[in-house]
Amino acid sequence: MSLNDLWFTLVSTLFVGFIFLEGFDFGIGMISRFLGKNDLERRAFINTIGPFWDANEVWLITGIGGMFAAFPDWYATLLSGFYIPFVLILLSLIGRGVAFEFRGKVESKVWRNIWDWVIFFGSCFPPMLFGIIFSAIIKGLPIDRNMVMHASLSDIFNVYTVMGGITLTMLCLWHGLNFATIRTMHEIRDRSRNVAKKLLPINALLIIVFSIMTLNTTDLFYVHNHIIVYVFFIGVIVYLLALIFQVKEKDGWAFTMSGLILILSTASIFIGLFPRLLISSTDSNFNFNLTIFNAASSHYSLRIMSFVGIGLLPFVLGYQIWSYYVFRKRVNHKKNMEY
Amino acid sequence: MNIVTLSRIQFASTTLFHFIFVPLSIGLAFLVAIMETLYVIKKDEQYKKMAKFWGHLFLINFAVGVVTGILQEFQFGMNWSKYSRFVGDVFGTPLAIEALLAFFMESTFLGFWVFGWDRLPKWVHCLCIWLVSIGTICSAFFILVANSFMQHPVGMKLENGRLVMKSFSKLLENGQLWVEFPHTVFGSFATGAFFITGVSAIMLLKKKNVEFAKKSFKVAIIVGMFSGVWIAASGHEQALYLVKTQPMKMAASEALWENSGSPGAWTVVANINPEKKQNTMEVKIPYLLSFLSYGKLSGDVEGMNHLQKQYTKKYGQGNYIPPVRTAFWSFRIMAGLGGLLSILGIWGYYLNHRKKLLESKLFLRIMIAAISFPFIGSSAGWIMTEIGRQPWVVFGYMKTKDAVSPGVTANELLFSIIAFSCFYTILAIVMVYLFIREIKKGPEHGHNHESNTNISLDPYSKEEYNVVSQ
Repeated sequence: MSLNDLWFTLVSTLFVGFIFLEGFDFGIGMISRFLGKNDLERRAFINTIGPFWDANEVWLITGIGGMFAAFPDWYATLLSGFYIPFVLILLSLIGRGVAFEFRGKVESKVWRNIWDWVIFFGSCFPPMLFGIIFSAIIKGLPIDRNMVMHASLSDIFNVYTVMGGITLTMLCLWHGLNFATIRTMHEIRDRSRNVAKKLLPINALLIIVFSIMTLNTTDLFYVHNHIIVYVFFIGVIVYLLALIFQVKEKDGWAFTMSGLILILSTASIFIGLFPRLLISSTDSNFNFNLTIFNAASSHYSLRIMSFVGIGLLPFVLGYQIWSYYVFRKRVNHKKNMEY
Repeated sequence: MNIVTLSRIQFASTTLFHFIFVPLSIGLAFLVAIMETLYVIKKDEQYKKMAKFWGHLFLINFAVGVVTGILQEFQFGMNWSKYSRFVGDVFGTPLAIEALLAFFMESTFLGFWVFGWDRLPKWVHCLCIWLVSIGTICSAFFILVANSFMQHPVGMKLENGRLVMKSFSKLLENGQLWVEFPHTVFGSFATGAFFITGVSAIMLLKKKNVEFAKKSFKVAIIVGMFSGVWIAASGHEQALYLVKTQPMKMAASEALWENSGSPGAWTVVANINPEKKQNTMEVKIPYLLSFLSYGKLSGDVEGMNHLQKQYTKKYGQGNYIPPVRTAFWSFRIMAGLGGLLSILGIWGYYLNHRKKLLESKLFLRIMIAAISFPFIGSSAGWIMTEIGRQPWVVFGYMKTKDAVSPGVTANELLFSIIAFSCFYTILAIVMVYLFIREIKKGPEHGHNHESNTNISLDPYSKEEYNVVSQ
């Protein structure tokens, strides 16, 4: 495995991890306004991710940072090419982040209502936009010989990409509901579980439609000896298991399965891309593609980063797992929770 | 307006806004950590109250600092894609390390700290806030590794049209970093310290929570005094380094058009005319410029006209003189406020030591105003540092005008500038509102955190949960 492979794996792992972890945070953000019937219940939903969401978001920031360091051209083309989507993502993350902190500070219905809406929109937009960006990437984009992307609005927002956005958002919603069932108690847990059950057929439909569209619009299913076809079938099995666990109300397992679905679908995008980073639709011979070779940093730079990264990773993972262990108890909204 | 100007407006405004919160976060985390340590050692409940109250304000501030910081990680690629391609090999590494080392540490341990009051042993809880504090300082360190590289590029080589890292240790040993880092960190400690002394002064003047305010003042003024002195000392070190590595920035911030001659006199104020390349009015102190630049009473400091000729020869035709007025005045604001802070720090320490704090109404009023000094001082300092480097984005290698994203249009930029400004304005208003509210509520208002049942639950087994919950 070359250092370029290693860093592609690390950066994609960070993004997959981000979607898995922040996926349930986004889901919680989408449901708290609606499934929480009063302030206490909403607070309970938000408290389920209270100690974690910030660190989960750092997965994205580290992913972007790692991308910058390991593949500067990928970073430059992607972020400048998807300028408007990234502005919207940033605005959402900004609003959402402060809303979690500000919401509880003033005891006023109007005040809390405003921040609840900010949390809702701030949690819907990012998965939607990331879904759109991921889909547009695998479809291919007008990138010229200088690696500059000239994407028009319809290159970014079209039926296929919006479908991808909706699918990812709905998967995050489902994942968030499952997270709520393992982190809350009493009626709000039951409510979350019921909605999660209802989402199952809808999400199955979305995944199937989006997979067919992907089959038609991209080469994802054909590369690397059809490996994505196998991943797809694993996904089907996982989804069936999710169905069983959900119906039998094995909440922890249902959460594991919804997480696996998110991991598999995000990972398929990176697997399908490899060794490409961005697909250029400008040149039919694919000479303008960004790859893990032509977009990468120097060998020396990658080696330094590998030492630092591999040295730090065990600690970073260790204390994050510890934090989930310390805060493993369910949030009880019938007890005093002021924060 | 063209793309370069718009991109610069966006970068400058969002970064300056971000940097209102950063020094306060670094400073408050450090001070809250000290307070909680005192609580753990002395077992005095007053210190716990202090840690909680100031910690509360820290959290509000930290939230805004974090969200406005996310943008920083993205906007090099979004607005400065040519720059990102050109320097990514060198510049990306410290940013990635910052995220991996510092951001994860800050965010995770802050989660422990906020939600862990009842769940962690006292000393572990205290350790968490220390790790947050260390995280914020690490973050400052690595972002300054990146910034120092832009001021004084070392440890790399120009290969195939981009800068390639040759020695990571050289990047860490960059002299610029080691004058910039202490200056920034002590500036941040001072920001936290003078914030606490200022708010305590309000309480003392209003005779509210007097014991609490006195104790907070005492802890903060010690940190404030030391930081004030260190800001001055490290600032001087930085000037000595600047003369050697970026003489043009030094000359511009001194509005020195011609060489000063030896010994050089320091200009206190001047009426600068950049078109005619001269000053129409100057007030000068003899010897001081030589002392500031070389640490001795002699030495010639190069002027801008001379340097312009030198740079033209070296880098080709072009204007290498940065906006002189901005550099000159921002330097004076920064240095003036820095000096004032060290005096106030020593004065406050003296009054507190003599237990005369409550009687010195005038001093307390000044301390309220002094809350703003470190903020203004840091912003002015960064304006001087970044404006003084112009026209370069990476000194000697890339000009700012060549660094922007070619694919981004003026309309897109206008949209983002307006959107970010609106969001940031709202944030600022809400922040100030919440700060005033929390300060008015005072420390007596209990800041309880969620408390949970002590029943251990396994989310994977539903039956067990049902039994317990009944």
